[in-house]
Order: sequence, then structure tokens, then C-alpha cells
Amino acid sequence: MTVLQSKVPDGPLADKWTQHKNKLKLVAPNNKRKYNVIVVGTGLAGAAAAASLGEMGYNVKAFCYQDSARRAHSIAAQGGINAAKNYPNDGDSVWRLFYDTIKGGDFRSREANVYRLAEVSNNIIDQCVAQGVPFAREYGGLLANRTFGGAQVSRTFYARGQTGQQLLLGAYSALMRQVKKGKVKVFPRRDMLDLVNADGAARGIITRNMVTGELERHAADAVLVCTGGYGNAYYLSTNAMGCNVTAAWRCHKRGAFFANPCFTQIHPTCIPVSGDYQSKLTLMSESLRNDGRVWVPKNKGDKRPPEQIPEEDRDYYLERRYPAFGNMVPRDVASRAAKDRCDAGYGVGETGMAVYLDFKRAIEEQGKEAIEAKYGNLFHMYRKITDEDPYKVPMRIYPAVHYTMGGLWVDYNLESTIPGLFVLGEANFSDHGANRLGASALMQGLADGYFVSPYTVGNHLAQTTPGEIGTDHDAFESVEQEVQGRIDKLLSIKGNRSVDSFHRELGKIMWDKCGMARNAQGLKEAIEEIRSLRWAYWENVNVTGQGNQLNQELEKAGRVADFLEYGELMCRDALAREESCGGHFREEYQTEENEAKRDDEHFCHVAAWEYQGDDKEPIRHQEELKFENVELTTRSYK
Amino acid sequence: MVAMKIILHIWRQDGPETKGAFKTYQLDGVSPHMSFLEMLDVLNEKLISNNEEPVVFEHDCREGICGCCGLMINGQAHGPDHETTACQLHMRKFKEGDHIWIEPWRAGAFPVIRDLMVDRSALDRIMQAGGFVSINTGNAPEANSTIIPKQNADDSFDAATCIGCGACVAACKNASAMLFVSAKVSQFALLPQGQPERSTRVENMINQMDQEGFGGCTNTNECEAACPAGISVENIARLNREFIAATLTSKK
Repeated sequence: MTVLQSKVPDGPLADKWTQHKNKLKLVAPNNKRKYNVIVVGTGLAGAAAAASLGEMGYNVKAFCYQDSARRAHSIAAQGGINAAKNYPNDGDSVWRLFYDTIKGGDFRSREANVYRLAEVSNNIIDQCVAQGVPFAREYGGLLANRTFGGAQVSRTFYARGQTGQQLLLGAYSALMRQVKKGKVKVFPRRDMLDLVNADGAARGIITRNMVTGELERHAADAVLVCTGGYGNAYYLSTNAMGCNVTAAWRCHKRGAFFANPCFTQIHPTCIPVSGDYQSKLTLMSESLRNDGRVWVPKNKGDKRPPEQIPEEDRDYYLERRYPAFGNMVPRDVASRAAKDRCDAGYGVGETGMAVYLDFKRAIEEQGKEAIEAKYGNLFHMYRKITDEDPYKVPMRIYPAVHYTMGGLWVDYNLESTIPGLFVLGEANFSDHGANRLGASALMQGLADGYFVSPYTVGNHLAQTTPGEIGTDHDAFESVEQEVQGRIDKLLSIKGNRSVDSFHRELGKIMWDKCGMARNAQGLKEAIEEIRSLRWAYWENVNVTGQGNQLNQELEKAGRVADFLEYGELMCRDALAREESCGGHFREEYQTEENEAKRDDEHFCHVAAWEYQGDDKEPIRHQEELKFENVELTTRSYK
Repeated sequence: MVAMKIILHIWRQDGPETKGAFKTYQLDGVSPHMSFLEMLDVLNEKLISNNEEPVVFEHDCREGICGCCGLMINGQAHGPDHETTACQLHMRKFKEGDHIWIEPWRAGAFPVIRDLMVDRSALDRIMQAGGFVSINTGNAPEANSTIIPKQNADDSFDAATCIGCGACVAACKNASAMLFVSAKVSQFALLPQGQPERSTRVENMINQMDQEGFGGCTNTNECEAACPAGISVENIARLNREFIAATLTSKK
């Protein structure tokens, strides 16, 4: 019994997408120009969708908060993008990419969506190469591949350590071409502050012009939200400073269900926090664990420099606890183990919140040159940030929030529970289950943008009368007034605490109680603490400046206000999911060897939350996950 | 390492039409481990607690890749560290009692929006003029049907790493955008995918650059020295060759 219609088509798994496409309704070429489409966010999903829809003939408006569409945080992705090309002839196939992804997600994603993702992965590589994306090549001039976590084949395409940048610039250049042709209009420096629904469908958005402070109304026949993840709920994360949940949260409050908000990926190898002033965290590729050994001192509070701590006083805790996988245990396991040591008082560095990643033995065995060839750029980046030479002293690392698998609930068409509101990329929940594999985020963003939404959005438009609701409709008037009211309220409080100080405090609650390991008591406490912090925020925040000008404090204030609501939902979801799976580790539900213990009998479903009002309990809906093509197994690393 | 005291001289300007001026702030307790932008965060926290308006500056990824941040620091674009964006610059490059002068990018084509933030949309318009390969989604041939020599792919990649921050413009006495344009023109000129539009691309992008009010190149190479992505001026030489070839064969 559910209100959630996944709209997964019938038929064999491998034929579903093709058959579905054959049945989707079409808009005739000469009619496309009558339709307006709004795309919010210009990362891989947004830029790809906006460019593709523009090419097809729709009128597209694309929005981003940065000063240029080229700067969305997809640009920071390092490693690569998966595709089932099987160029290395090592037995890869669409089926294997599908299976690895669904298993990597700990069997908490939808089979049909994941299969489609694997199916279109090869088209993505073709498309990007044709755009002039300079992927790595072999000497013979053909495309190169490398291996990534969670796979036994080499299927990752890459552009040095800057794959995200090159893919985004490819999508951005396609977008710029459409701007020149007049099919896409880009609105940079705009915050989407609300969604406008009318007659049961999404009809437009309210944005704030971040330079002038003006509120603007934009109407359209479909709205695509491609606004990334919510990792900044933790304050410190590998996300960009501006990444926020506001667009998604506003859609949620207007009726879109939010799925699996507790699913967060915490990456084990990041440069640790160095002080209270820390503003963000920087990732060090997990490939370093191939040669680096993770350890902490055996004795609590051992303050000797690492090179003076002899072997017998070192605890290589991953090798000790996981002899079979050693330092190459999966991300979630490595992250939790590091936290465990630091919480117990064995952490290193000035703050005690770090562990060592040591290359001494690798350098002795393979030579400095070999290590430099493999990891030179990462060592260089580490040195720039920490001023320490990792060839001589071990790196200090600590886990950090990196990616969020949860997101707005969407059906097979990527359409939310609000008709006409589509959600693409990290902002939706659909493909990664409870844990995302490396090099799969870029794949999903571009799959949704280039190869899924152009078909499914057309299906919606074909059933919509173009321009039915304009910006003079009452719905725009009332939503704009609400947005203005919220801005006025924030500016009027004039308390004595900065926006950032609240954000930091929220981040600490989230990290301590809804982070790498969660338990019922901590989550209940967190919910109470977030509520009182939210109350304090609306009493005591100090937002300087005015609303009718460029005001970065006001921008942050609106985002933090939403994180203060959203954080509570994350905790609720984590509390309700009484099992451990992927990145969601409930301490009460673990095996004797401290592994995540899934409960397929009770929790083999997507949890999708329905907003009921500011002071009302949200409703938790369930979409049962049916596995007809794969067998549910336990992930084991022993 | 011990905390430092530094003296900041920061350009404050309320809006594009208002007159700006340097304002001096003393900041105590600056940790050498802080990034430059975190130091500005600390200053802003202090200003907010005094009910003053914080300093506006552009930033986002803070990993040196998005190209948002851009500050003239003691007269150098992105500051004193080689191939380093302002967000990756750390305070250990400074010492107790240092005076640090912080300005926005200075170029006619980059009007100041507020304080240290400028409008770089001219770079987007240059890209719109030709910084793409005309290929619609779904039209692409099989990826490995085009063989590209590794050297060409690598050279193309070197040019493609431009982050579009505008430091090259800010560092140039002529406020020329030649390094920016040359990076994109080179990326495509070196690849087979870029050949069909090779001539029109360079002509259109150069024309747009001129229309936006960027200056000409006089080969002083300040752009290369300031570029955080290490884009070489060899690309400008290639751009000039491409432009001459395109003009000679132009059918217009």
C-alpha cells in the first residue's frame, strides 16, 4: 500500500528503457518552441539537460548561484567516470556495471534505474569525446581506462585528476552554444528560493537576483531541479561553500517527497581539520590506500613525532582488524575505524582528530620515483595545504562528508511527486542506494542530463498546454510574498550571533550524532538539539546589511535556515531505519565483527518523507524495492 | 606555530557606481595553517560581531578548481605562491606584522560589483562566440572511432585545464584575455573534433574578446606567471598562428 508510483515499466530488465522510450509521448518539432523549461543548477546534470533540451528546440532558462555556469561543484570531481565499454577486454558489460552499482549501494536502489544508468553509460563517453573532452589516451591513440573501487574490471575513463572539470566544461560549452543560438538563457548569480505550483503541477520558481537583491518570477511548463547534494548540513564537507539544500528543501515543503535523507557518504581520506576557523575539507584520492598504511600510536596521547615512534608502538588498526582486506577495506569501514580510534583518544596531530597514512614502507620497497609517478600530484596538493612533506613524514588524514545518496524522490521518469517537477543528478535519490561507488556520480549526472530527461520531460510536456500559467497568476504572487517575508524576518532579527556560528554548531551535532555511526539515543538527542538551535537561530541570528543589495550573509542565512530544518529530517530518517546498510551505520545493528547488518525483511525499501507543516510530524512512506534480477547478498570484506 | 598579527588594507566599494577606497584592519591570532580565505572569514566574523558589513569576496570550491576566487594580493594576482589560487594560498606565506594589500581584479572588462567581487561575464560571452564543438546530444560516433595521438591529447589537456578565473587579465598591464582565449582555441585546434570549426572559432572568439574591451597582447608573459593552472604562453603563439591562418583563408 503506497502512494508512490515508481512507473517502472514491465518487461525484461534489459528491454525496459527501450520499450519505455517507445511509449513516451512526443512533442512535434514545430511545437517544441512553444514550451518553456526551467533548469536550476548548471552542474553536470543541469548543464547537460539544459543544453540538450535547448538543442531539441525548447526554450530553456538555466539558473545558477555562481557567477558563471562553468563553476558548479561537479568541477571538483577528481577520479573518473565509469562506462561499460569493455575496451580493456576484461569481461565488462552493461550487466556487470549494473550489478556492481546495485551491490555497491547495498541493495537499496531501484533495479530498473540502475540498469538504465549502466545502459546509457557508453553513450556518455561517445558524447563527451565528440565535444572535445580530452580524456586520457594510450600511445596508440585510443582511450585509456583505470580501475576504481568496488569493481574487478577497468572501466573508469579519466582526465588526469580533473575528470569532473573536463566533463563539466564539455557540458558548459554545449550550453554556451545554445545561449548563442538563443535557445537557452542563463541566469547566473541567482538563488532559487521557492517553487511555484498551480493546478497540481510545478509551474515556476522564485529566484533572488544576488547582485540587486530583487525577487524574480519565472514561469515554465516544467521545472528541473539539478542542485546537487546536502553534504553541507554537516558544515564541514568536501562540497563547495555555496552547496545547499534550499532548492530541494523548498520543493519538499511544496509537496515533493524526500527519499532516504540519512544516506550520506563519508570519505575516509581527507585532509583533517586544523582549527576552529576551518571552512571546508579537501579530499585525497582513495587510491592512496593502495600503498599507504594507516596507523595510530599504540599508547594514548603519545606525542612523539611519527618518525620517532618505533614499529612496536604503532597500531596498524586496519591490518589488525581486517587482515584480509587490510588498508583497502571499503570507504564506510575505513571511515568508521578511524573515528573509533580518534574517539578513544589515539588520534594524532594538534587536534587529535587524525590518523597517519604512511608511505615509508612503500617508498623503501618501490623507491621514491615509483611513488611519485603514481601519486605526485596528490602529494603536491597535500604539501601545499599542510606544509608537510609526505615523502618524509606520514600524511595525516581523517574522514569527511563527501556525497549524499538521498535526495528528492523520483519515479522512473525522474519526476517527483509533484507533476512537472523533475529532479536530476545528486539532487535525486535514485541510483546509488545506501552507498555510491567511485566514478559513478559523474556517470549519473550526465546520464540524467543527456540521455534520460530529454525523453521523459518531453513526455510531460506533451500532456501540458504550453504557457498555461503565467507569472501574473495568484500562485506566484503568494509564493513571492512568502519568500519576501522570510527575507525580511531574517534581516530584522539583528541578534548577536553570526550565521556561520549557527552553521558550525549544526554541523557538529550532525557529525557527532548523525555521522559515520548513529544510534537511537544520539539521534533522539540530535533532533531535540537541532530544534532548540533552530529556535535560537530565529531569535538571535545577526544578518548584516540589506535585502536590496548584494549580501552574502543573507544568502548564507537562508541556506542555514533550511539546513536547520533539513538536519532534523536526516536524523528522523536515520532513527526510523533500524538497520545498517552502506553509509548508514546504526550501532545497534551490526554483526559480531562490527559489519553493517542489513534487515532485508523490514527495510528493503525506500523511505520517502512527506512534509506536513512546520510543527507537524512528517509522514514516512515506503516504496518496496523488488529484486527480480539479482540476489540479495551480504557484502563481506573478511 | 604561533599565531600572527597582520595588517590588512582591503578595497571596499559599495557598488559599481560608488567610489571605493582602501580600509585598514588589524587582525590578531592568525594561524599559519589558515588558508587566505579562512583568514578573511575570521576578519568577517569580527566585523559582523561589531555590526559592520563583512568584506564581499568570491569563492566556492576552495580547492583551486572552480575559478571563483580571485584577489590581487600585494599586487599579485592570487598572491605570492606559484600556480596557486587565492583559496589554496596559506597564511604561512606571511609573517608577523605583515601589511597585506587586497584588491579586486582590475580590468575595464571586469567591472567591480562590490568590494573584491567583479563581473567576469565577458569570459562567458567569449565562450559563446565559439568555445565549443557543434555537436548535439545523441549525435556522437563511437568514442574509439576517432584515434588521437597521445601527445596531441596531452597537449590539448594542458590547455583545457584553464579554470577561467581571470587572473591572466588582472595580471596583464593591457588587461588582455589572450591567455584565456588561447587556451580554449588550442584545446580544440589540437583535436580532430575541433577541425571543422577551426577557422571560424578563432575569428569569432577574438572578435568577441575585442568587443568586450580586453586589451591587446604585448608578450610580457605576466599572464603565464599569474596563471594558477599553469597555462603556457605557447598557447598565445598558437592562437596568433591560428588567427593569421584563419584570416588568410577567410571566406567572409
